[in-house]
Order: sequence, then structure tokens, then C-alpha cells
Amino acid sequence: MAVSVNEAVPASPVRDRTPPARRIGGGRGRSVLEIALLTVLAVVMLFPVLWMIETSIKENRDVYAVPAKFFDFEVTLAHYRDVFVAPGGGLSDLSVAFLNSLLVAGVSTVLATLLGVPAAWAYSRFTLKAKKDQLFFILSTRFMPPVVVVIPIFLMYRVVGLIDTPLGLILIYTAFNLPFTIWMVKGFVDEVPAEYEDAAMLDGYTRLQAFRKFTLPLLVPGIAATAVFALIFSWNEFVFAIFLTSSDSVRTAPPAIAGLIGGTTVDWGLVAASSVVFALPVLIFAYLVRRHLVAGVTLGAVRR
Amino acid sequence: MSDAVPLTTDRPGKVASVTPPARGRSRRLSDRKLAVAFITPALLLLLAMSVFPLVWALFLSFTDYSATRGGTGTFVWFENYTAVLTSAQVHLRAVTTLIYVVGAVVLQTVLGFTIAYLISRRTHGRGLLTTLFLIPMMLSPVVVGLFWRFMLDAQFGVVNSMLGSLGLDQVEWLTRQRTALFSLIVVDTWQWTPFIMLIALAGLTAVPKYLYEAASIDRASEWFRFRTITLPLVWPLLLIAVLFRAIEAFRLFDLVYILTSGGPGVSTETLSFHVYKVAFLGFNTGTASAYGILMVVIVIVLTQLYLRYLNKLKED
Repeated sequence: MAVSVNEAVPASPVRDRTPPARRIGGGRGRSVLEIALLTVLAVVMLFPVLWMIETSIKENRDVYAVPAKFFDFEVTLAHYRDVFVAPGGGLSDLSVAFLNSLLVAGVSTVLATLLGVPAAWAYSRFTLKAKKDQLFFILSTRFMPPVVVVIPIFLMYRVVGLIDTPLGLILIYTAFNLPFTIWMVKGFVDEVPAEYEDAAMLDGYTRLQAFRKFTLPLLVPGIAATAVFALIFSWNEFVFAIFLTSSDSVRTAPPAIAGLIGGTTVDWGLVAASSVVFALPVLIFAYLVRRHLVAGVTLGAVRR
Repeated sequence: MSDAVPLTTDRPGKVASVTPPARGRSRRLSDRKLAVAFITPALLLLLAMSVFPLVWALFLSFTDYSATRGGTGTFVWFENYTAVLTSAQVHLRAVTTLIYVVGAVVLQTVLGFTIAYLISRRTHGRGLLTTLFLIPMMLSPVVVGLFWRFMLDAQFGVVNSMLGSLGLDQVEWLTRQRTALFSLIVVDTWQWTPFIMLIALAGLTAVPKYLYEAASIDRASEWFRFRTITLPLVWPLLLIAVLFRAIEAFRLFDLVYILTSGGPGVSTETLSFHVYKVAFLGFNTGTASAYGILMVVIVIVLTQLYLRYLNKLKED
């Protein structure tokens, strides 16, 4: 990283001093410089990801080799087998954790969508008292520090018996994805002209029918993109997961993977393989919704 | 990659094709009732899961309640708050957090904007480049933290190995007081530079071409164009991204937990991490609640700032 910082800085002064007269000749040199700089930055940004993939298919003795082996190492898929299969056969703890993650992320996403889409539509279509304040309040709940929120949530769950249950995680993830869903979907509803519904209502449909039959079908791609982001956020979430669950049968993947480094020796090959298995679906899903990334990562606040 | 989605424009035919029901059916729900029915469930969940816990934390912050001791705790008024605000430990964590937030956000902004600017000047392969650069941002902090911990390992980490082959000294990245905080900043920068890049790129591609053309007719210098056209137009959006990152960095917990667990010593303990220690290792729930409420106050101030800029951006 340090290398790239140093190289990033001289680029602009060089550019400034280029006199206008030599613009054509200087332009090509500069273009080469820019491409070189971009390449260096890309390599720095991507190297850790490549190294993770490489580590996940290395034999253990090559994983710990000093100096590090970049190309000549023994390839093995043993780490991937260990992710899914327990030493004695059967499902490993990690694969149980992956299934738990799937359950918790899936159900909380469905719930957040079911609650969020109608609310988003209502906020988009109707004039409500202090609508802007309500929307800002909703978004600001998403910014609360998780470590602070988890203290009372922990006590609350202890009283009602939701500690170490999938339901407890589903509820908190639903609440945590709801502000995002409402903001994101509201943006999509805003893009559908309200006149469609007005026209349908002139034809005798009720407001609700107009929403269901005309607006909702047009929203489907947007809702799908929103749901994908909610899925990614819940899948990646760690803080609530580690404080609100403890047993192997309930734990989701992030705390389970983090748990791999608890002992005295760390099997980094296994850590790398499980990280790849964990991250791959996220990257595929993120690629599918790449057109909505700006809105998605700003929690629906910035739209283009 | 970022053109607005025209979900709506090209399918008006669909509206016409549905046969309308019999006319004159009365509306069963008035708009107002419908709005209430649609919004209330969502608000109730947020009240139960976000507002109520905070109110409870506020209540606990005035007591000496402890999660392990049981009982209800006694009312101590502002004792917890004065304890937190006057504690030298807390001041130290505040400084650490400040260094971390400022360092990480500044680095991310400079690097992210540089990458976005370089990409925006390319005509080929922009989509592919952007996609590749975005990968770190989509990874879970757990994966990022674990993997950097491996790469920064003093003995067999690849970073030291590369330094070694360049003939440089080994660095104890995560086990020395000075370097640990720096490493934390580097890792956070690695993960979140793409975020700034993405938003800066959105701003840069939205700058209308004719402005540049007009400027080049006037033979304006490159720097002049950058300073008077590019920067002013991208700045509002960039500011949103910077504030967003600042809030996120302030709340950060997972990366610290995985990468350094606050160590060595307390050199990478941020406020978030300290709250966790007070609450879950010291079990001073009352004090931790007061501590947490103070953090929430700071987050609310930052969020208000963020939302105000956002509002301004939307109105322009």
C-alpha cells in the first residue's frame, strides 16, 4: 500500500506542468504513465484476493514457506474438503454454519422486503406528516454503532429467550436491513410515474389494486436488486452474530470462520478456503447488481 | 455501469392490456388508512429493535446495573457519565479512534479519487477495471481481517517475505504499538478505497462533456479545468462519501476485533472496542450503556451532518 501512495502523488504535478503547446506529444506519454499507475494500483488492490485464493489451494508446508512461494507450489483441494466435511465424515461445523447463514440471511431478507416495499411505496406516493423527518429517522437507525445496540438487545433477548436462536438473529437483521430496503425501494418507486396508478384508478381499480397490478410488476427488478444487497449485508454481518449466538448449531459463518483462529495453531489453508467459499457468492451477487452499486452501498441514499 | 435504470419508460403497453374491473366499485380503504397500514409494521419493528433498545440503554446508563450480578441496580444519576467523560482510558481511546478515522478516511479519499480520476480518463475497459477494483469492498470484514492478519504475520506473512526479498528489514506489523494502528488504517483503506472510488466515479462520469469542450476552446489549462469544472462538480458527492465513511469508521468494531483485538497493549483499541470490553468483559453494564449513549450522540451529530448534505445534494 505504501508504495502506491507514494506513486499516486507525483502524478498530478507532472500533469500540471505540461505546457499546452506540447499537448499532443505529452498526451501519449501521460497516457502511458496513467495506465502504468492504474496497473500498479490494481495489482496492489487485487493481490490480497489472489493470495487468498492461492493459499486455499496450497499444501500446508507451502502455505508457511519462507520466502513465500508465488508459483511453484503443490496444488491440493484438501482445504476445501475440510471446509465441508468433518474429519470423521459427515457435515463439518463450518458447513452447518454456512447453512445457518443461508437461513438467517434468507429469511431476514424476505421479511425486510415484505415490510419495506409497502412502506417505501406509501412514503413515495402519499403526503404524510413530517415525511422527510420520518425517512431520515429511519435511515439514522441504521447508523447506530452495533456494539452499543447489542448491549440492550442482549439483555432484551435474555429476558425473552432469544439468545442463541436463529429467530433472534433474523429479527435483528430484519430491523437492520429495513431502513436500507425502504430507502432503496422508495427510489425505484419514485421513478415509476404516479400517473400510472391514477389512470388505473380512473378505470375503476382501487388504490391497492393499482399498486399491485401496475406499479409492483415494474418494481420487480429494483426489489430484486435491493433484496440482493440485503442478503449480502446479512451474510457478511459479524457483530450481532458473535454476541447473540454461541453454540455451533446456531452460529452463522462469519463467527465460525473467525473461530478458526482461536487455538494455538492456525490452519491458514482452511481459513483461506472457507473465506473463498464464504466470499464467492457475495462477489457473484454483487456482480449481478453492479448497476445499482452506488445506491446499494450508500444504503439507498445516493442515486444516479 | 451506473446509468439510471429505465424500468418504467418503455412498457406503457402493459397498462393498457389489463382489462379493467367493473366501474364504480367503491374504494375500500382511503389513502390515509392505506398509508398507515403500509408504514406501521415497518415502524413498529424499528421501534422494537432500534429505538426501544436505545431507550433501555439510556435508562441503564443512569444505574449501576451489571448483567452478571442480576437485580435491578440502583439509580446513580450522572455518575456513569462523569466516570466515562473524565476517564483517562477513554481519552486515550478517543485519540486512537480519531487518528484511525482521520488517517483511514483521508487515505481512502486520496487513493479512491485518484483511481476514479484515472479510470474516468480511460475509454476502454472501464467496466472491467471498476468491477475488479470493487472486490475488496464486497468482502466481509471478517474475511478481510483474517486474511490481512495472515499476510501481515511477522514470521511467514507474505508482506514481510516480499520486504525480505527486496532486502528490507522485517516489520512486526501487528505486534508493535506504533505499527499496529498503522496496519489497521492500511487494511481499512484497502477495503474501503473502492467505496470512495465508486462514488467519485459516479460524480466524474456525470460531469457534462460540453463543459470540458467549452474550456478547451478557451484554451484553459488542464489544472484549471480540473480545479474549476471537475472538482466543484464532484465535491458534493465526494463529501457525502467521506462523511459516510467517517461514520462507518467511527462505528468500526469487527476489523479491530479480528485483526488485533485491540492490542498490542491497548494501542488499537477504538471507542467501539472499549465499549465492548467494558460491557462484555468487565460487565459494567451501566457504565457501558453511558459510554454507548455518548457514542450514539456523536453518531447522531455526524449523521445529521450527513443527512443535511444529502438533502442539499438532492435539492440541487
